Amino acid sequence: MKTDTSAVNIDRDVGDFHYKVEYGYDAGVGLDERVVNYISDVKQDPDWVREFRLKALQTFESKPLPTHWASKDLEAIDFNKIRYYLAQGQRSTRSWDEVPEDVKRTFERLGIPEQERKFLAGVEAQFDSEAVYSNIKKAVGEQGVIFVGSTEGLKEHPEIFRRWFGKVIPTGDNKFSALNSAVFSGGSFIYVPPGVKVKHPLQAYFRINAENFGQFERTLIICDEGSELTYMEGCTAPKFNTATLHCAVVELIALKGAKLQYITVQNWSPNVFNLVTKRGLAHEESEIKWIDCNIGSRLTMKYPGVVLKGRKSRGEVLSIALANNGQHQDTGAKMIHAADETTSNIISKSISIGTGRATYRGLVHVPKHLKNCKNNTECDALLINSTSRTDTYPAITVRGTGNSVQHEASVSQVSAEQIFYMQQRGLSEAQAMSLSVNGFVNDLVRQFPMEYSVELKRLIELEMEGSVG
Amino acid sequence: MQQLEIKNLRVAIGENEIIRDLSLSVGLGELHAVMGPNGSGKSTLAKVIAGHPDYKVTSGEVFMDGENLFELEPDERARKGLFLAFQYPSEVPGVTIANFLRAAMQARLPEGEELEATDYYAKLYEKMDLLEIDRSFTSRAVNEGFSGGEKKRCEILQMAMLDPRYAVLDETDSGLDIDALKVVANGVNSLRGPNLGVLLITHYQRLLNYIVPDFVHVMVQGRIVRSGGKELALELEEKGYDLIRDHAEEPVAA
Repeated sequence: MKTDTSAVNIDRDVGDFHYKVEYGYDAGVGLDERVVNYISDVKQDPDWVREFRLKALQTFESKPLPTHWASKDLEAIDFNKIRYYLAQGQRSTRSWDEVPEDVKRTFERLGIPEQERKFLAGVEAQFDSEAVYSNIKKAVGEQGVIFVGSTEGLKEHPEIFRRWFGKVIPTGDNKFSALNSAVFSGGSFIYVPPGVKVKHPLQAYFRINAENFGQFERTLIICDEGSELTYMEGCTAPKFNTATLHCAVVELIALKGAKLQYITVQNWSPNVFNLVTKRGLAHEESEIKWIDCNIGSRLTMKYPGVVLKGRKSRGEVLSIALANNGQHQDTGAKMIHAADETTSNIISKSISIGTGRATYRGLVHVPKHLKNCKNNTECDALLINSTSRTDTYPAITVRGTGNSVQHEASVSQVSAEQIFYMQQRGLSEAQAMSLSVNGFVNDLVRQFPMEYSVELKRLIELEMEGSVG
Repeated sequence: MQQLEIKNLRVAIGENEIIRDLSLSVGLGELHAVMGPNGSGKSTLAKVIAGHPDYKVTSGEVFMDGENLFELEPDERARKGLFLAFQYPSEVPGVTIANFLRAAMQARLPEGEELEATDYYAKLYEKMDLLEIDRSFTSRAVNEGFSGGEKKRCEILQMAMLDPRYAVLDETDSGLDIDALKVVANGVNSLRGPNLGVLLITHYQRLLNYIVPDFVHVMVQGRIVRSGGKELALELEEKGYDLIRDHAEEPVAA
């Protein structure tokens, strides 16, 4: 059986290249009011957006780095050496033919146009600061689905955009959400009208091409009553010697009875600081599900969350983190129960290889006055080498009676006996390792869409090959 | 030289010598039983042949069809046709038997060649029918939560699928009730033939009622003290290891 693995290109080696590109817009190095104003000028922001940005800059500057609980490695980020805005042009096109040649060949090499034809309902491709391409299939557009870049979204659909923007994740949520709010550019704006069920996934692809660069996309997705959507994002960057920053904010809103699934498979190069804030707001009987696969980066800090605001709403986070040599995956989930009969489910699996470190942080909050709320948390860690490290910090607060919570955690190691057993059947040590790791994540991966599970398995194999001598 | 040939093997764990100058040859098509009391070094012998990293070979060699196994990694030995049915098979959590075997068979193909799924499943089902194994069995994770009998059956199924030239069966009867023992023995018997050499390691004679060996060797304190035909197993059953052990204390005739 031949499986099509070209669907989602997240192979590190596939992503590790970059072409020289002429940028028409460059905010220079460092961050101050002038840079924020430059971004607002070139983007021709409405006044309310400019004010929003400048206020966010103050918040960013006033907030300390969260190094009292998080990794001290954050201090290695020199905010004055980063470029905050780089773009060729200001408008994304609806046709690949109109995408400038030097940018287009990057996405062609990553296989994006091909995937779009094959199995996607729409694609947005972001190159450094701006979306260069965004398009949805005609049939999906005719149902009233809006899928555009955030800049276009806030200008052309202000009545929806403004109502929800920054409402799920306020500027001051954390230092990095404030940073994003000051300099955000790119990302998707999606609106699905009531009752519309988008059959095929919409996809965004985020590509960092420039060195010393910060990518600050801002995504806002609103699923109106009874609608359904699956959104997928893929991310790559070439390997540079200097730090690159990826600092996104993603806000999801599921109105009554809507179902929204957000899938991330990122394969960052090991120089990327990936500091992302993701949260969803679930109204009555709605469902928000995050599927999050974190591979690569120097440091990832990401804790997708759901605020369960409406009765009987449901939130879910399924995550896999793979920390290879020198990498730190600090990931987890947040579930804030704010209505009766809400349920949440967190399943987290992490793998630490070599000197890699995986950290799970989970926050589950059920206040006293609520009834019949349920949470299930499972976090499993797999250690490959004796130098590998894993930490688990669950913070579960469940008050009141009639609410239930379940928490299971495990740490396991691939034993020498297991590897010998597999080798005796003819598998090399690396093959044995990667099969063991795939076995470890298997029950979770089975819940992913086919295209992603196949690619994820292949990616794990590649990671394991490089890590076993 | 179509044989698995163990020559003057000495093996130690730390300071402790476990196998002491052992020689034994298993020809292709033959079935040799090695019997011995607990602690005689039988399982060590099996693991050393397969290349377990915990044991140190101090001297001697093992050749498979003339090739020195000690120059090969455990997985290379396996791909060249050596199979070890483990006394205590490891669990491989989350990996189904079907996927595990598929990976093992894929590993035997030249680079760039893909195992045909339809051929693979046809062979798998054929072998499962032969071994009277239920179809649902291979969708379970390898050895995870298996009973003793299921583990042994899983080993024999793998052996059937991987077509080894030489198979070492380490205490395949341990932990089996009589019905399970018969099933496993039938499996081994069905795989016997001119293209398979078997080294069967066992503590008890009872397995040899169902798998009739061509040769029997008695192993005591790290060396073979007596060799003979299948009747030796019966003698052993009658007299017990004690008699043989007394015998072993005498210098072995050269």
